[in-house]
Formats: sequence, C-alpha cells, structure tokens
Amino acid sequence: MPSVMELYQFLPKTNCKKCGESTCMAFAVAILSRKKKISECPPILETSFKKQKDKLESLLLPTAGAEETGMMVHHELCTGCGNCVVACPVDVANDPKGAAVGCAPTNEKVIFKVVDGKVLASNIKECRRFGKNRVLCYACIDPCPTGAIEFV
Amino acid sequence: MITCTGCALLCEDIEVIIENNSVKETRNACRRGAARIKGCVNRMVPSIDQKPVDIDISLKKAIQILKNAKAPMLFGFGNSTNEAQKKAIQLAKKINAALDDTSSFCQGHLIEKVLHNKFRTCSLDEIRNKADVLVYWGSDAQDSQPRHLSRFSYFPRGELRQRGYEEDRLAIAIDVRESNTAKICKGHFYRIPLKGDREFILALMDALSGKVPTYDPKKMLELAAILKKAEFGVIFAGIGLTYSIKDDIDILVALSDKLPNFHIMPMVGHYNMRGFNENLFNETGFVNRVKFSEGKTIHDDKYSIVEALKENTVDALLVVGSDPVSSLPRSIISHLASIPVICIDPCVTMTSKIAIVNIPCAVSGIESSGTAIRMDGKVVELKKAMASNYPDDENVLKRLLEVI
Repeated sequence: MPSVMELYQFLPKTNCKKCGESTCMAFAVAILSRKKKISECPPILETSFKKQKDKLESLLLPTAGAEETGMMVHHELCTGCGNCVVACPVDVANDPKGAAVGCAPTNEKVIFKVVDGKVLASNIKECRRFGKNRVLCYACIDPCPTGAIEFV
Repeated sequence: MITCTGCALLCEDIEVIIENNSVKETRNACRRGAARIKGCVNRMVPSIDQKPVDIDISLKKAIQILKNAKAPMLFGFGNSTNEAQKKAIQLAKKINAALDDTSSFCQGHLIEKVLHNKFRTCSLDEIRNKADVLVYWGSDAQDSQPRHLSRFSYFPRGELRQRGYEEDRLAIAIDVRESNTAKICKGHFYRIPLKGDREFILALMDALSGKVPTYDPKKMLELAAILKKAEFGVIFAGIGLTYSIKDDIDILVALSDKLPNFHIMPMVGHYNMRGFNENLFNETGFVNRVKFSEGKTIHDDKYSIVEALKENTVDALLVVGSDPVSSLPRSIISHLASIPVICIDPCVTMTSKIAIVNIPCAVSGIESSGTAIRMDGKVVELKKAMASNYPDDENVLKRLLEVI
C-alpha cells in the first residue's frame, strides 16, 4: 500500500490544475482514495512521463481488487474461520439470530459470507467505512490473525 | 444443510450445492471443512498389492489376512461414524484383536478423565451462552478447529454475554509459540518454555492459594486474579498441554479443584475421536489400547499402536479412516513394511500406498449418513447429501464381520 508522498514523487508536480484538483498533492490524495484515476492527469499521459506513469501504476497495482470502501480480501490467506462474519457490527445488527450468535447468516443483509472456505464481501454499501458518514471501523481486521482482510 | 466432518466441532449449518453428483459449492464451512466436503483429490480404488481389483475380491483378501493373523490389530476410527466404530469393536472381539485409535497419542488421557468425571466439563452451547474467561492452553483452536472462536467460544453473543468479545469475554492463550489463537488473545498471551506446563500449573496454583509463585510472580499473580474473578471459565486443553503433562495428568485435575468456576474441554481433532473413546468406554470401561482375548478385555499400554509397532507384536493391521504412516515417526512405521496392512479409506493416503489391500469407502457426512460425537460429548446426526459408488465404512466392517 503506497503512501501519498510516494505517489506525489511520481506526479509532474506542476500544479497545473488540469485534473480538477488544486495541486498535485491533492491529486495524489484523490488517487489514493480512489476518487480519481491516473489517466485524469493529462500531463502524465505524455511520452516524457511514461516511466513515472508506469511506476505509479505498479504502486497502485496491489490495490486493484479493492472494494469501494478500500476493503481487500486476500483469499490465499483466508482460512474461512468466520471471525469477521461474527465480529462485524453490521452483520450483528442485520442478523441478530444468525451471524451475531456465531451461526450461519440467515439473510442476505450481512457483509461477510464464507463460500468455499473463503470469506466473500457483499453489501459493501452497508459497511461502516462507506459513504459520507463513514467511521474508521476495524471490527473485521482485528479478529483476523492471518491478515486476510485489509483496507487500502 | 449438512454436518461438516472436517473437525470435532461438527458444524451443523453447512449448505452445499450439488451438481452432477459432486459438490459444486460449500457455504459457511471453513477452508478445512470445505476441503473435506469437496472430497478427495485422489480417490482410492480397490486394490491388492497396489493392482486394481473388484471390491469384492479385495474384501475376500482382507478376510483371509484377518483370519490367518495370530495377533491382528484394528486401528483408526477417528473419521468413522459411531455405527462403524461399534462394528469395529464387535469385529475386534470376534477375531481376538488389539484395538486402538489415534487418541492413544492424542487426547485419550484427557477424555478418559472426562468420562470418569474427574473434572468439570461443559457443552459448547453453554460456553457460547455463559463463558466469560476462555483459556486456550497448548491449543491453537484458530487453526485446528477454525470455527471454534467464531461459532462457540470468543466472538459470538450468548444469552448471558450479549456484548460478546468486545466487553463480555476475555481470551487468554498459554502456549510455547505465538499461534494464530494467541494473536487474537493479544495482551493475554503467556509464552512458556517447551515442557514448561507443569511448572506453570504449579506456579499458578501457588498464586491462586495466595502464595508468591517462584515462576514469573508478577504475571502469575495477574493471571490468578483474572481466573479468580471468572463467573464461568473454560480451559481449552490442547494437545500441547496433554503431551506436556501426560505422565502427571492429575495435576490438571488439582488445578481444576482450585478453580471452582472453571470447566475443562479437551480439544479433539478428528471428527469422531471422542465417539470412539465413548463407544469403547461403554463397551469395555477403557477408552483405547485394548486387546480382546476369548471374551475378556485386556487394557495395557503395549496395545497402543506405537508400542505394538515398536515391539513388533502385531502380525496384521487393519486401518480405518486414518493415516498412521504420515502421523507416526519413521522408526515406528518401518515395521509396517513387514506385515500385511489393510486400508479402508475414501482417499489415497500414505498408508494406502503401502497397504496390501485397499478397500475404498464413502465419505461419511456427505456420501453416507450416521451419527458422531462432538468434542463436548453431544451426539450429532450426519446426513447423506449425495450417492457414492462405494459402501460406507460401517457396511465394509459389517461384511468383514459377517464372513469372519
């Protein structure tokens, strides 16, 4: 997961505002939070910036499979234990007789489900990290000892 | 809905989607369970001397071997249903065989204490509803029984623990390494040296009695204070603890006497290992390591698989649903090369590769039904979800029993 400064290092740093942001630093923040794409910076598409563009793309490659909230599930690390299913406060609220008490989810409103021994995220708009009133929730990351869930 | 037979939790909330008589998708099962439900990568075929034959011919050969043997042994059964285990006990009685299972080098000592009511134990449902202090001792439940923490012990909300792990429960890990379970316990991980469990128990008992323990006094007094406050505590005794104190298992009973609100739960691995122990206990009064001789039952350590192979006292071995070649040390299994081995299993295993006779059977809980005993002693029904070309292990043993 790259930092804002790492991304900024490879931007043109001209603050041309062609991307709609006031500075290149603001554009780097927007890329990291998935509000803008690299291709929205016209100067970096020029051939003289090709190396920097490639570098930026390689830095952002690990975050390519992330959900809208930035959630990434590393399926190769997931053991399907279901700790996240039971610990997620949204799952508990939406499924008090299923996921909340450790049983299999009884409805489709839950965020986490275990399919074929690996956790799958759905209903991502229900996640507390989604939308304008989002909070920095760690409920699914903390109980995962293998580090299979990550927010980028 | 089917019951998962991946481990001794026997999760009953598994959904499977079956297409063309094979499992296409599993829901709610952990990775271990999903692999078990989806079946073998290499399915066993009936064979004699590793040459494929008809299943009836392999059964005839197995009968011939068992009939000719003077000191046969039956081993395995941790992955068999109660019904198959009862047939195995009958078969062992009929052919005067030694009978042992994987619990003789696993949790047999502890289960024996449980069946003799030497300490308090409880059900997994009671743990979910009441438990507030959970001690994972020499046990990496997170990896060995992956849904243990999420389904029963730490994470779920229960009747008296409505706020679950956030406020109402405390998890403690005591282990020689920082296992995945210990990572979840975070601030309450007590690392001990190898074989250090006895010293740790003695120090903890001192701390519980109000004495200053000689071993890490600050940490021991802190742990003792937590345990004393528990309303409903559980010690999950893993194989690490059992191996470490197997010669002095009564020390755990003594610790349990000092903690009146605590219960001890042996962490069983194979899905019906406890079932075998209970079935044999009901029949003979022993949990493993027995030999039947003209209607009498002899219990001795020399009838354990390890001792029997080490001392070369077995002249034929019937293995059901187990893989001693991969789980026992090489020095012990070398004797297997000199005796006829019969293997009954759904999948190709290391043992089936050296066996004289291989008899395939259905995967219990998916291709065959029956009952099994969960790690806490609850009898759970296994449902058949799809058809199999092979008989289940109960039927294979029944046929052996009928002909012999």
